[in-house]
Amino acid sequence: MATETLKQDDHHGEHEHHDTTGLKVFGFWIYLMSDLVIFGMLFATYAVLLRGTAGGPGPDDIVALPLIFVSTMLLLVSSFTFGVAMLAQQAGRKEKVLQWLAVTFALGLGFILLELYEFHHLISEGHGPGRSGFLSAFFTLVGTHGLHVTFGLIWIAIMFIQIRKRGLDDMTKPRMMCLSLFWHFLDIVWICVFSFVYLFGVMV
Amino acid sequence: MSNEHQSTDHGSMKSYVTGLAISIVLTLVAFGVVTLGNFSTTAMALTISIAAIVQVLVQLILFMHLNVDDDGGWNVTSLAFAVVILVLVIAGSLWIMHHLHMNMM
Repeated sequence: MATETLKQDDHHGEHEHHDTTGLKVFGFWIYLMSDLVIFGMLFATYAVLLRGTAGGPGPDDIVALPLIFVSTMLLLVSSFTFGVAMLAQQAGRKEKVLQWLAVTFALGLGFILLELYEFHHLISEGHGPGRSGFLSAFFTLVGTHGLHVTFGLIWIAIMFIQIRKRGLDDMTKPRMMCLSLFWHFLDIVWICVFSFVYLFGVMV
Repeated sequence: MSNEHQSTDHGSMKSYVTGLAISIVLTLVAFGVVTLGNFSTTAMALTISIAAIVQVLVQLILFMHLNVDDDGGWNVTSLAFAVVILVLVIAGSLWIMHHLHMNMM
């Protein structure tokens, strides 16, 4: 890392964007690791409060497994389609990148709509986050992930516009690399959510 | 992860398709073991946990192209550090709260 930084100091200017791509992506990776710690704390909170149902519904009462299965598949396939968009970017095919970004956006939007439906359903039945410690932890953990996906969708929409206007250049390419890491990361967090929150919840 | 070594780092269609296929199979196994069979709780918990860990590793390697050669392995090093923190936070919280619960009984 130190040598790379030194190299940049020697000749700033026209090559700056190209030289800093690796550093930008690595910096974003560090952010993802700190995000991972946030999710880890929310998982720990959820596990600790699992039995704090205060006479209200427990995990097995609130999980609709078919819905979770569909949203899991939507997010998994969207992670794949983003990968295909990145392959199109390497090949320099702007139109393909835009197409696959649109597909990824649609799948991610489907995931979020299902989650909103689930939350709305729970709250209208009186199982909102204020009902018990368990439900507070549940809504915080799943909601934080949903919020990340929502920001990811906004970012995808922005990248779509930027790539359409500017094409694939030194500015849009590193941003796409960071966004791809972000999107794959959200799917990895979701693996832990559906396994340890929903499936474990139904099982016990 | 940087632009210079483009040959293998960014994966190919093959790596993405393989990653997707393995992920779908592991997801089906995890959901199937809960909904279809009547296994013991321990067997189900073990299957789900292993399926989840393998799927995380598969996606880290095949989707995010994590490897030790890039940037002198700093990506993996920072991930390892984050995992240590995760284990401390999650296992530590459960351990402490479990004993607290036992003592309050």
